[in-house]
Amino acid sequence: MSSYNPFSLSGKTILVTGASSGIGRTTAIECSKMGGRVVITGRDANRLQETHRELVGEGHVQITADLTDSNDVDRLIDSCGILDGLVLCAGIGKISPFPFCTQDKMNDVFAINYFSPVELLRRLFKRKAIANGGSVVFVASIGGCPGGKFTYGNGIYGASKAALWSMMRFAAKELAIRKIRVNGVNPGMVETNLIKHGIITDEQHKADMETYPLKRYGQPEDIAHGIVYLLSDAASWVTGHSLVIDGGCTI
Amino acid sequence: MDINTFIDNFAGQLDVTPADQIKPETKFRDLEEWSSLIALSIIAMVDEEYGVTLKGADIKSATTVQDLYDTVKGKKAVGT
Repeated sequence: MSSYNPFSLSGKTILVTGASSGIGRTTAIECSKMGGRVVITGRDANRLQETHRELVGEGHVQITADLTDSNDVDRLIDSCGILDGLVLCAGIGKISPFPFCTQDKMNDVFAINYFSPVELLRRLFKRKAIANGGSVVFVASIGGCPGGKFTYGNGIYGASKAALWSMMRFAAKELAIRKIRVNGVNPGMVETNLIKHGIITDEQHKADMETYPLKRYGQPEDIAHGIVYLLSDAASWVTGHSLVIDGGCTI
Repeated sequence: MDINTFIDNFAGQLDVTPADQIKPETKFRDLEEWSSLIALSIIAMVDEEYGVTLKGADIKSATTVQDLYDTVKGKKAVGT
């Protein structure tokens, strides 16, 4: 019984986007530690290589790609084979009060946070490149999703994640025809470069942490472990769900 | 860029304080309506009007509207 582990990713091939940094990088590493073979993609070849170096086990593949570029997406899909798992982590932040939420800014954020992951999933599914019984995980956010936290200046980012959350639910319903599960995670504030843009000062972040019942921001591992669960057979009957991982901040 | 236009742009982010009360020497954090949202609006206004990316720390280290203007002018000069 010592080998019993329903959370194992052994024998699964998992594509992780946004794997050159943050939650994506850590998710790729944790998936490899759980026995998965990962295909990692990101825009920055050097940082992607750094992630690749930290992967455990054999057979992992790295493909530098910009998911907003259709040719890059074609190349990615051609090289990743049949997937058992897909984790859509690539995303950017944006702080902008409502009067400054121009469509240009929305287009930039939605291109990466909403259109790219949805389009990648659409094309993979249409090409039957996701195995029957596979698992898809969208990284959304508590910022903007139902039951979430609506903070000043976070409208563009939050709306992009709400759109993603909504499409996750629709995809869960439709992709179930091939027993593919589609879920999400809604992280609270996680210590990554995404929140280190300097607009919010360190003092403000520290004060914000005090509003979290668990008195800290998340580490990328906190989110990656939720993603591992959703990818694993332990979550075989879970679909259309978004797992809130936020240190209790939305209680 | 000039200070008078900057003051107009700054005052444009306020909803209660009359625009003519904003002077170069105004200590903006002492304004009754000053808030974290207004600070975000100032950062967004500076980005939109001057193409300069201010950080939260830049706002924090400034005391008067003139200080903020000088910071923006300095950053614009070095092209950040």
